[in-house]
Amino acid sequence: MGLAKRILQGDIRATARLLREVEEELPGAIDELKVLYPHTGRSHVVGITGAPGSGKSTLIDVLIDAYRRENKTVGVIAIDPSSPFSGGAILGDRIRMQRHATDEGVFIRSLATRGWHGGLSKAAANVIHIMDAMGRDVILVETVGVGQAEVDIMNFAHTSLVALVPGTGDWVQTLKAGILEIADIFVINKADKQGVNEVEVELQAMLQMGAYSADAWKPRILLTEAINNKGIDDVMEAIRQHRESLIASGRYEAHLRERSRLELFEVLKSSLMDRVFRMATEDDYVEKLIDDLASRRVDPYSAASEVLKRIVREGKF
Amino acid sequence: MTSGRKLRILVAKPGLDGHDRGAKILARAYRDAGFEVIYSGLHQTPEQIVQAALQEDVDLIGLSCLSGAHMYLFPRVIDLLKESKAEDITVIGGGIIPMDDIPKLKKAGIKEVFLPGGSLKDMVDWAKANVEPCRYGERKE
Amino acid sequence: MERSVEQKPERMERFSTVSDVEVKRIYTPEDVKDLDFARDIGYPGTFPFTRGCQPSMYRGREWTFRMFSGMGSAADTNKRWHLLLGQGETGLSTAFDFPTLMGYDSDCPRARGECGKCGVAIDTLTDLEILTDSIPLDGVTTSMTINPPAPVLWAMYLAVAEKNGIGWDKIGGTIQNDMLKEFIAQKTLMLPPKPSIRLISDTVEFGTKYVPRWNTISISGYHIREAGSTAVQELAFTLADGIAYVQDVLERKKLDVDSFAPRLSFFFNSHLDFFEEIAKFRAARRMWAKIMRYRFKAEDPRSWWMRFHTQTAGCSLVAQQPYNNVIRTTAEALAAVMGGTQSLHTNSLDETLALPSEFAVTIALRTQQIIADEIGVANTIDPMAGSYFVESLTNEIEERAWEYINRIDEMGGMLAAIERGFPQREIADAAYHYQQQIEGGEKVVIGVNKYSTGEQVYPPLLQMSEELEEEQIARTIEVKRTRDSRKALQSLNALRAACKTDKNMMPYVLEAVKAYATEQEICDVWRGVFGEYRESSVHL
Repeated sequence: MGLAKRILQGDIRATARLLREVEEELPGAIDELKVLYPHTGRSHVVGITGAPGSGKSTLIDVLIDAYRRENKTVGVIAIDPSSPFSGGAILGDRIRMQRHATDEGVFIRSLATRGWHGGLSKAAANVIHIMDAMGRDVILVETVGVGQAEVDIMNFAHTSLVALVPGTGDWVQTLKAGILEIADIFVINKADKQGVNEVEVELQAMLQMGAYSADAWKPRILLTEAINNKGIDDVMEAIRQHRESLIASGRYEAHLRERSRLELFEVLKSSLMDRVFRMATEDDYVEKLIDDLASRRVDPYSAASEVLKRIVREGKF
Repeated sequence: MTSGRKLRILVAKPGLDGHDRGAKILARAYRDAGFEVIYSGLHQTPEQIVQAALQEDVDLIGLSCLSGAHMYLFPRVIDLLKESKAEDITVIGGGIIPMDDIPKLKKAGIKEVFLPGGSLKDMVDWAKANVEPCRYGERKE
Repeated sequence: MERSVEQKPERMERFSTVSDVEVKRIYTPEDVKDLDFARDIGYPGTFPFTRGCQPSMYRGREWTFRMFSGMGSAADTNKRWHLLLGQGETGLSTAFDFPTLMGYDSDCPRARGECGKCGVAIDTLTDLEILTDSIPLDGVTTSMTINPPAPVLWAMYLAVAEKNGIGWDKIGGTIQNDMLKEFIAQKTLMLPPKPSIRLISDTVEFGTKYVPRWNTISISGYHIREAGSTAVQELAFTLADGIAYVQDVLERKKLDVDSFAPRLSFFFNSHLDFFEEIAKFRAARRMWAKIMRYRFKAEDPRSWWMRFHTQTAGCSLVAQQPYNNVIRTTAEALAAVMGGTQSLHTNSLDETLALPSEFAVTIALRTQQIIADEIGVANTIDPMAGSYFVESLTNEIEERAWEYINRIDEMGGMLAAIERGFPQREIADAAYHYQQQIEGGEKVVIGVNKYSTGEQVYPPLLQMSEELEEEQIARTIEVKRTRDSRKALQSLNALRAACKTDKNMMPYVLEAVKAYATEQEICDVWRGVFGEYRESSVHL
C-alpha cells in the first residue's frame, strides 16, 4: 500500500493509519514496519512520567515550544489508562498541547494502556519507531508511571524525566519500582509553591544512596514553573547534556544495543506465543497436551519442549 | 461492529462556546461503551480539530456547539476533512441547533445531529451501528 | 403507616430530590426539634436573614422582572429591550455573544460564525451607545453578564452615562465579573486566575468609591448548576467563591469589609425540585450571614445580607415537546419567588433550540407577572417557614454545604481547590450521575423518557439576519477609521503601563473606551501582560 514510503516523506495521515494498524500487528502493517526499520534510530526519545497534578502535560507543552524554537520536529506519545471495566479510555492529554495541533512540525498521538497485541511497551516501541522513521528529531513519551509496561517504556527512552510537584512526596512511593532508579532528570514543577525544599532534600537523599561511577551521569534536579515558562531552558540544557554524555561515554551505543535486545526478546516472545495460540486453534494438539498436564501424565517443561519441537518441525511462523 | 476493534472517537468543542457538560458526559459514555475517546478541550478551531482527527486516526468526530455558531463551524470541519482527503471520517454534531438547520447540516456532510434531551444510549448505539473502525487497506486513499 | 406500606409498596424504592438528597415519606416536629426560631429562622431583614434580606420584601416592592436578553447587533437588542420594557419588565439584563464574552472583536478570525448568535455583539463604545439608545440609565438598572472583559463593558456603560449627563451616583446595575466560576463551570476564559482576581478587586474598589449603587460582582452559582452540580455543590462552591473574593479585596485593597460587602450580590439557579430550591435559597442567606458576621467580622447588618438574582434552570429544559418547558419554568420561578429572590429571569420555551422569539419571551415574562399578581405567593414573606419539611431540608442543605466549604478551606481556599480540579471533578461526577439516573429512568423527564411521542412540533423560531456579521464588522471598522487613533493607542499604552504596577485599572480602561479602543484591543493589552489561560486537563 505504500504507507511506509509516504511515512518516510512525513505524511501525517499515512503515519496515523499505520500506527493504528500496527496495534493489531496485521501482516501488512508488519511489512510496512520492516520497510521503516532501517530508517529508525535517529530520534532522541525522552520519557516523561509524573505525579498527577505535577503539571506534566504543561511541561511537555512548553518543551514542544522550546524544541520548535530550535527548529526541531517533535513527536509526542501521550499514554493514558484504559478503563479496567469497559476497556475504553478517555485520552485527554492532548488538551494541554492542542495549540500545536496545526503545527506540521508537531505530531501528537494518544495511546491507551490496554488492548495492545503483545503489550503496551511493544506497542509504544513501534509507535516510537514509526515517528522516528517519519523524521521526528525528538520524541516525547508521556506515561503515568505506575505499570511495568511504563517502566519498560522509560527504559526504552534515551532520557528519562520525572516530574514532581511540592506536596507530593508520598506519590514517590506509588511510582513503580524501577522508574526512580532510571530517572536522569528530576523536574520539580510549580516550584513557586511551598514545600519545594522538602522535595529537593528528599530527592537528593535518595540519590546519594545510589552508586555512580566516575563517568556516569548524575541525575539532575531542576526547578520549573512550566505554566510561566520558567526553568524550561534548564530542562532543555539538561536533556542536551545528557544526550552528549551518553554519546561521549559510549553508553549511547550500549543503550541502543540493550533496547534492541529487549525489543528482539519482546517480539520473539509474542511471535512465539502467537504461533502457539494459532496452533491451539488449528487442531487439538495443544488441548490434548493440556489434558495430559492436568492428569499428571506429563510435566510442564516436557510439554513445552514438545510444543517447541513441533514448531521447529513445522517450520511455519 | 464487525472487526472487534475499538472505535476511536474525537469529541470536540469548536468555536468559543464553553459549555462542555454534554461533551464530557458523552465522552464518559463512549468510554464506558469500550471506545477510545480523545477529548479536544474547549475553544478549538476547525483546523485544530481536523489535525487532531488526522493524527489520532479517529473513526468518528463528535462536534458539540451550544453557541449557535454551528452553521459555520460544522461545515467548516467537513470542508477541511475533504481538503485532507479524509471525508471517510464520520462526523456527527450536537448542541443548540434549530430543527431547520438539521437538513442543511446533513447536506453539508454531518451524518447525524443530536439535540438536548437525547439519550446517551442512543448516541452510543448509533456509533456502534453506523461507524466502522477502519480495517487495513479498506480506507479510500 | 408501616402496615399500609407493606400491603401496597411505594412508587419507588427511594425518593430523592433532583440533587439526589433523600426525601422521607413524612416530616414531623421531630425533624425540627432543635430548631430555634430566633436563632435559625427569625425575621426578614435581620440576622440570620433566613426569611429574606430586607424587612418588607415583596410587600414593599416586588422582585425585579429582569429578563436576560441579547441578540445580533446592538440595534436588534435595543429593539428587544424596548419590547420587554413595554411589556412590563422592570430591569434590564444583557446577554453578549461569545466573541464579546471572551474579549474578541467581531472581525477576529476566532469570531467567525459566532457574531451575534447567542447574544449581542459589542466591540466599541459606539455599540453600547446604540444598545442603550432611549433607555433612561437613571431610571432602570442594567445587569451585564460578562466576565473576563467585565471592566471594559462596565467602563463603556459608565462612559455612556457620563456622555448623557447622568452622574455615576444615579446609575445602578450589576456586572457578573466572577472569574472563579468561569474556571469551574462557564469557561469564558481569558487570563489566568491571579490577574483575573486582581481585575475583579479593582472593579470592586472603583465601584465602592465612585459608583455606589452598582453591584460590581455577581457571585454566581447558576453556571455551576448548569454544568451539572447538585444544589448543595451550587451553594457551597458559590459561597466559597464569595469567601475568596472578600478575602482578596481585604488583603489587596485594605478596605474595611463594611465598605464593600453590602454591594456584593449573588446569582443562583432555580432548578426543578421545588422544595429543594426554596430550602437552598434560605440556607444560602443564613450561611452568608454567618460567614460575613463571624468569619469576616463585618459589623454593618447590611454586610450580612445576601441579595441575589435568580434564573430558572436552562439545563432543565428539553427540545422534545418544547411547550412543556413553560410548566418547568413556571415551577422554577415559583420556587425562586418563594425563596425570596431580588430579581428573576424566566427562560423561554424555545431556548433549547434558539434565542427566544418574541412570542416565547412574552410568555416567560407573563409567567413572572402572573405569579406576582394572581397566585398570591407574594402576599406574605417566606411562606414556607415553619414547614417541617422545608426547615428540615434547609438545615440539611446547609450542613452539607458547610462540609464542602470546610474541605475547600483545608485545601487552601477556592483558588487552590480549582487548581487541583476539585470542584470541576465534583461537578462532572454529579452531571454524569444525574444523566445515568435519567437514562435508567430513575429520574423522569416528560417527553424524553416518559410520554415521549416522537412527533416534532416546534414553535416558530427566531430568525437572525445572515448579514449580521458582515454589518457588525463594517461598523467596527468604521469606528476604528474615524476615531483619533493616536489617542486610542496612547490610552492602550497607558493601560499597559498601569497593569505592571498595582494601580487600579478602571480609570485607564475608561480612557481607552472613551477613545474608542475596541474591546479586544483592551483585552489584548491584558493578555500581553498577564498571559492567556488555557485549560489544563479534562477533570472527567
